[in-house]
This record gives sequence, structure tokens and C-alpha cells, in this order.
Amino acid sequence: MRRSLVLDVSVRLLYPSIIVLSLYFLFSGHNQPGGGFVGGLAASAAVSLRYVTGGLEAVRRSFRSEPPTILGAGLALSVGTAVFPMLLGGAILEHATLELHPPVLGDIKVTSALPFDVGVYLVVIGLILMVFEAFGDDRDDEMEMVEAPTVPATSVREEYRALTQHTSSSTQHAAASARLEENETS
Amino acid sequence: MFLLLLIHLLIGIAILLSGDRLGRRAFVVAALAPLATLMWAATQWSTVVGNPSEFDELSHASSAGAQFESVRWISDLDLDLYLRFDAFALIMTLLVSGIGLLVCIYSVGYFSHIKPGQSRLAGLMTLFAAAMLGIVWADHLIALFIAWELTSITSYLLIGNDDRNPRARAAALQAIFITGAGGLALLLGLVIIGQSAGTYRLSELINSPPSGSAVAAALVCILLGAFTKSAQAPFSSWLPGAMVAPTPISAYLHSATMVKAGVYLVARLSPIVANTGHWRLFVLVVGSATMLIGGLRAMRQRDLKLLLAYGTVSQLGFMMLLVGTGEYKIAQAGIVLLLAHGAFKATLFMLVGIIDHQVGTRHIRELHGFGNGWMPVKAMAVIGAASMAGMPPLLGFVAKEKAIDAYLEYGDFAGSSATLVVIIAGSVLTFAYSARFVLGVFGAYGTPDHEVHSRSAPAPSAIFVAPAAVLTVLTVMVGLFPVAISDLTKAALLSLDPDASPSTVKLWAGFNAAFVISLGIIATGTLLVIFRRPVSRFQTACAQPLRALPSSGDVYGGTIRAIDWIARRVTRTVQSGSLPAYLLVILTTVVVLPVIPMLANFGDLPKWIENPIHVPIVAIIIGSAIGAALIRRRIAAVVMLGAVGFAMAALYETQGAPDLALTQFAIETLGTVLFVLVLRFLPTRFIDLAPAVVRPLRLAVSFLVGASIFVFAIASTNARDDVAEESISVEMIARSKPDGDGKNVVNVILVDFRGVDTMGEITVLVVAAVGAVALARGSRRNDEELADLERTEEPVS
Repeated sequence: MRRSLVLDVSVRLLYPSIIVLSLYFLFSGHNQPGGGFVGGLAASAAVSLRYVTGGLEAVRRSFRSEPPTILGAGLALSVGTAVFPMLLGGAILEHATLELHPPVLGDIKVTSALPFDVGVYLVVIGLILMVFEAFGDDRDDEMEMVEAPTVPATSVREEYRALTQHTSSSTQHAAASARLEENETS
Repeated sequence: MFLLLLIHLLIGIAILLSGDRLGRRAFVVAALAPLATLMWAATQWSTVVGNPSEFDELSHASSAGAQFESVRWISDLDLDLYLRFDAFALIMTLLVSGIGLLVCIYSVGYFSHIKPGQSRLAGLMTLFAAAMLGIVWADHLIALFIAWELTSITSYLLIGNDDRNPRARAAALQAIFITGAGGLALLLGLVIIGQSAGTYRLSELINSPPSGSAVAAALVCILLGAFTKSAQAPFSSWLPGAMVAPTPISAYLHSATMVKAGVYLVARLSPIVANTGHWRLFVLVVGSATMLIGGLRAMRQRDLKLLLAYGTVSQLGFMMLLVGTGEYKIAQAGIVLLLAHGAFKATLFMLVGIIDHQVGTRHIRELHGFGNGWMPVKAMAVIGAASMAGMPPLLGFVAKEKAIDAYLEYGDFAGSSATLVVIIAGSVLTFAYSARFVLGVFGAYGTPDHEVHSRSAPAPSAIFVAPAAVLTVLTVMVGLFPVAISDLTKAALLSLDPDASPSTVKLWAGFNAAFVISLGIIATGTLLVIFRRPVSRFQTACAQPLRALPSSGDVYGGTIRAIDWIARRVTRTVQSGSLPAYLLVILTTVVVLPVIPMLANFGDLPKWIENPIHVPIVAIIIGSAIGAALIRRRIAAVVMLGAVGFAMAALYETQGAPDLALTQFAIETLGTVLFVLVLRFLPTRFIDLAPAVVRPLRLAVSFLVGASIFVFAIASTNARDDVAEESISVEMIARSKPDGDGKNVVNVILVDFRGVDTMGEITVLVVAAVGAVALARGSRRNDEELADLERTEEPVS
């Protein structure tokens, strides 16, 4: 895989914009279309753009915390917000509103749904990061990877052999694809 | 009472938590629990046993002396912990805590060189004692069952405590399988009894005996439970196996207490149900078989401990014959035997433990008599064995004499004379194996080809011998003056059966038929001992044809293997490892179960075209869906699926649901990316390897799934029409602002109205993420191993 300059540059521009958009979704979600889930998905889309250009390494560099930490923090925040009113003697998820009047920004209303939504947001991002950790590859590995054989398999074992052929030489695959072409032409 | 159980639990858990730090001092700590129980029992003695003179005047005295205690537990289920302490419970408590205390002291000597992990035994023993006291004190059938199972579990842990010894593990498993299976039957029986009698309280059962057609079956189930627990034939194989446990455990659980739980239960229930169903017949047949088989096998053992184990089996059968008839006179003999057996069998086990500990063997071929200082051990072995054999003037004699006398006088039910013959024959066998035990201890069977150790073995220390000595003194003293336990057994009998008129327990009841029979038993037994070589040869010859038959141990092994085999077959069939097969099953279930009832709601079809802009969108959806199903390149199929998703988002937007559209759009984008991420590992094309037969089936299921989703969609829209006015969506929109403080209803629903759902969902997400990583890493490790393999052996091509 070759690096594309256009892609690299545009992703560098797009990534922060999408993240800002996702934060907008997150914070405006209570009154406008959006919310923690959509926000998290948008942020994840930004992360996947980074994966396309920079591989797993770029994804890892996007966040300072480890994916499991983000995942766990999100869950803890959401569940904590839900359970906290119970500690004060209320019902689970009972909501409260805090109205702030800072001098410049105008009126700000914070509801207790916000930390809950932030938790959801973090869980979604954490999930995507975990999936990239699980199935993604470093750019270097990726460059070594060759397309899986396209010859029709004749047994289940053969069909899934591709899974085991990370390291096998590319010449075999070249031969395989050549054979396929023969089949198709004949 | 409840407090005492708590003390047991606390001490037991504390010892378990302390690990090996206490060493053998753990047994001293453990001794506190039975000590407290004994002291409490002593304070209750006069209340429970009552004034003996009252019994002579008021022969129908009620068991008014019983103590009751109840603790709230699950009041909704009417399940409270009812405890009862009456004279029979007192006898069992004396056995459990008295022998428990002595065994704890004995253990201090036995574990003089304690190994890691053995202090655990002290904690487990205390927990076991709590469970056993629970059985004895429980006045509620369910509480009794729970305590019953707890004894099985603690027994399992005690037998298998030496977890590196495969024999110990196998024996522990065998014990818990057999007693656990019996426990299940017992639960069934107890529930039926409780339901048909209208009460689960044991103390009330006597006044309202269960009736109904199911009771006979329930009694069989209860007997199964009691027989497995008390090692009756054919379930006795676990008890000799359990002898791999250290000797204090065998002395405590597997001779004196736990195996008597079955006897206890049968004794409690017999006065109530002896004439119902075939209770008495079962008890008599099984008890007789057990008494004879146990005796015969005990005579052939060369390991002193196994000899005692089979002797215990035989004696348990004897006890069943006494307590299970429902005749109170005979039951009183059973109570005396319970006490006598507890005393002499624990003594003998302790002595075997001492010999094993000092000499290093308990095999009768390797014992050649002992040197100086072993006099007390030898004397106690003789006294204990003599009590077991029923020699006067010991407690065992008193019990056996009373049993024969009671059977002669009151055995007026069917099969009583046959049972009497069995008891006499069994007693002759008991005499013979008791003599074998004594001769073995004295080295009469020692063969010169084994190195002589026992002569030079050091004599045991005083504390090691003391517990056995206490029991021996009791055996002799109570045997000489049975008046000491006379009131106790009378009161115990009255607590079992309030209509009983118990008699005094005597050593010398006159020169009657029972005494003559006893003399006959002793004479025949002596003959068997004198001619032991021909007898042994004869027994071997007789046993030869029986060898071909499977023993109860073989049956157990066969059952376990059969269960394994079935489990393997079922797993292989159900868990084939084929993803298509799993999907087929899951999807078929989805189609069949919820959707078919929905057909009833399948009303009118909605309007075909509501909005002209839907036409192109739906055309894209249908076209892409068909394309995704037909196309053979994986990546193209994924793109087609993506197209379906994006078109759906457009559809949401036209219906005025921007939030849904936004979410759908984001999900679709990410979904496609993730698909591509995984597709790299798969071949670029779908390759169908399924046999031609399966293909139409899959096709049919696919069509059905599609059709079901259609039905589902139509039915759910129609369902909403029924409540058009008071629709839940109207209410949610109305309440969104005041209750959820948000204008976006969808989000308010997500984070507030249905917030708990969202919480569950993100938890599922977290679990899925962790699972995905684990799966991917697992398969990747395999890849690396396979790659290593491929590297080492070059492919031929």
C-alpha cells in the first residue's frame, strides 16, 4: 500500500474537525439531534480515517489513554451517574439541572444527563479502539500483507488457510492469482 | 442453638482463612466449637430428658421437654429456620460434638508432623460439625435437606483434601456423586411429603401423617437418600473408598457421624410412615443385605482400616434394621446401638490411626505385635473389638442383647423372623471380623517376608491415646451400668414416638432366650475364628463365581463412563463448530417462536406509497439488498449492505427523524470500515462448500427470516394503531421537556426514560469489545503457532 499525499493531508485537516463535530453532537444532544452515541460514532469515524492513513500506530497516537481505560472510564462514568442519585436517596437515574451564568458565555444549563452521555461517548470510542487493536495491523505489517488467495477452495480447511498465511511469501500468492486468471480466462 | 451453629461457622471459616499459619494448633481452636456445644447440651440435659420417675407413672408422657427456636429466613416462602432440640437430638449431639471434641484432641497427636494444607482439615471439620448439627436440630424438612447436602459437600472436601493424590480425588468424587444423587432423590421425597402432609415441620408431621397416592413414591425417594448417605447396599462402595482420608476424618465422619445421618432420618420418620407403602420392606431387605455383605467383606480385608470400614457398613445395616421398623421397642435398641457404635468404632479407628502413625503400616501381614509401652493400645483394641462383637459386659453387648430381645418379643410384622435370622448371622460375622481385627493388631497374620517394624515402633504419646481411652472407659462403664443411659434412651424414644412406652436398659435381663442366642453367637463366632483358614478358603471359593458379576464399584464406574460418553456425544452433535449450522438453528428459532403468534396481529397492509420521494429510496434499498445476496465478491457485498443502510438513513430523514438518520449514517460508515478490517483475513469471494442437500434448506430459512421480519414490521405498526389516542409516544413527547429537561425526545428517552436500558447496552458493548480482543488475540496466537509449524517443516510444493 502506498501512502497518498492527498489522503494524508486531507485527513490531517478532517480529523480535528470531525472530533469537534462529535463534541458538538455530544453536548447539544439533549436539545438538538445528536447525543453521546452519535457523537461517539462520529469520533470513531475520525479515528478510522486515521487508521486508513497511518495504520494502527496512528490510531494509538490519537488518545493518550489505553483503549481499555477509555472503555472502563466511560462505563464507570455512566453507571456512576445512574447510581449516584440512589446514594442520595433518590431513584436510579434521577436527573438534576444546574444553571450557570458565567459572564461572557451567556446562560449554560447542565443536566445530569450530560455525564451519562459522556460515558456513552467514551464507551463507543473505547469499543472502536479495542476493535482496531484486535483486528487492525501496523502499517508495516500491512505493507507486507498480500491479498488473500482468490482460487476457489475445495475444503473448509483450505478456505480458511488465508487466516494462517500472514507470513508466507508473496510469490505463492502471485502464483495463486495467476492460476485464478487462467481459470477465468479458460 | 442458632448461636452455636454460628460459632461453628465462624471458627471454621477463621481456621480456613488462617491458612497454614496455625499448624496443628488449628485443631485446638477447632475443639472450642464442640466443647461449647457439649457444655450447652449439658445445661439442657435436665429439661430435655426430664425426670425419669415420670415415665414409669405416665407411660404416655409427651416429649414436652423439647426446645424450639426459629430464625426468620425467607418468610415469603414460609421458609424459616426451625430448630428443635429433643432427647434424640441430644443423643446425636453427644455423638457429633463428643466424638468431635475427642477427634480434635486426637488430631493434635495424629498430625504431629503436619503438612501444608492439613490445617484446612480442622476448619472443614468444624464446618462439617455445623452441618451435621443442622441435620440433627432441623425441624423443617427443607432446612434438614440443606444441612444434609452441606455434610456431603464438606465430606467431599475432607476426603479430597490431599488434592495431589488422584486416589483421594477419585474417592471424593465418588462419595459426592453417590450421596449427591441420593440427596436429589431425598429432596424430591421431602417435598412430596411436605406437600401431602401440609406441613414441613418434623415435629408436626407426627400428628398429621402424610397421605395420598404420591407418598409411597416419596418414601422410596427418601429411603434412597438415606441409603446412599448411610452406605447401604448397593450404594456402599463410596465408604471404603473414603478411607483414603486421614484417619481422624474417617473416625469422625465415616464411622461416627455423617454415615449415621441416614439412620437418623429413617429413625425420625419410621414411627410416622413405617406402615405406609413398602417402607418397612425396603428397610428390612436393604438393611439385611448390607449387614451380611458388609460383614462378609470385612472378614476378607487385610487393611485394618478397610476392615473397620466394611464393619461400619455392616453395623449401619444393623442400625437400619433396628430403627426402620417403626416398632418402638426395637427402635430403642437401635438408639443404644447408635451410642455403642459411636463409642467403639471411633475408638478402633483412632487405634488404627495410632498404629499407622507410629509403625507406618496398617496391613495385617506387616504387623508382628508391639514392644514396650503399647499395652494401653492393645488393651483398648481388645475392649473396643469385644464391644463390637457384642461380648458382655460392654455397651455393644447391651445393645445387641436388647435388639435380639426386642425382635423376639415384638417382631410381629411380616419378615421379622427372617430379619432376626439375618441379625444373628450378621452378629456371628461381626464377631468373626472383630476377632480378625484383634488378631491382626496382635500380629497373628504377620508374615516373615515383610520387614518387622512394629516391634521397634515407638509407643504413642499420652495425648495421642487419651481420646481413645476416654471412649473405652465409657464403653466399659456404660456397659456395666447401663442405667446411666437408660433415661436418655427412654426420653429419646419418646421424642421419636410419643406413644411409646420405653423400657429400662439393662445389662443382665435374666437367663432368657436372647441371652442363649448371644451365647450361641459367641460360640459360633469362636468356631469361625478357630477354623479361620478353612473358612477363608471356603469364602474365596464361594466368591469366585461372584467375581464375574459387576461389583457396586464397577456399576459406579460404568455409570460415570456412560454419562461421560453421552455428554461427549451430545456435545459433538450440538456443538459441531459449524457457524452455518448454529445460525440455522438460531434463525429458525427466531422465525418459529415469536413470529408465528404475531400472524394473528397481521391486519391490513399499510398504504403502498405515502410519499413519492420514498420510491427512489426504496428502489435503492431493494436493489442493493438483492445485489448483496447474489454477489460473490465479499467486498462488493459489504458495499451493497452499506448502500442499504445509507438509503435507510435517507428514509428516516424523510420521515422526520433526523436523530435516527444521523445515528444510522454514522453506524453504517463505521460498520463498513470494520467489515473491511475483518475481510482482509478472508478469501475475496464467497465459496459455498455446503452439500447440495443443505442449500435449499438454507434458502428456505433465509426466505422465512425475511418474511418474518416483514410480518414483524406490519404487526408492530398495527399494534400501535390499537392505542392510537393514548400512544406512548405522545406521552413521551409531552413529558420530555418537564421531566427530562431536554427538547430532543430521542435523547431524553435514551438517557432518562430508558436510561437503565442504555446502561445495560453500553455494558454489553464493553463486554463485546473485551470479547472481540480476546478472540482476535487468541486466533492470532494460533496463527503464530501454525506459522512456526510451517516454517519448521517446509511445504512440499
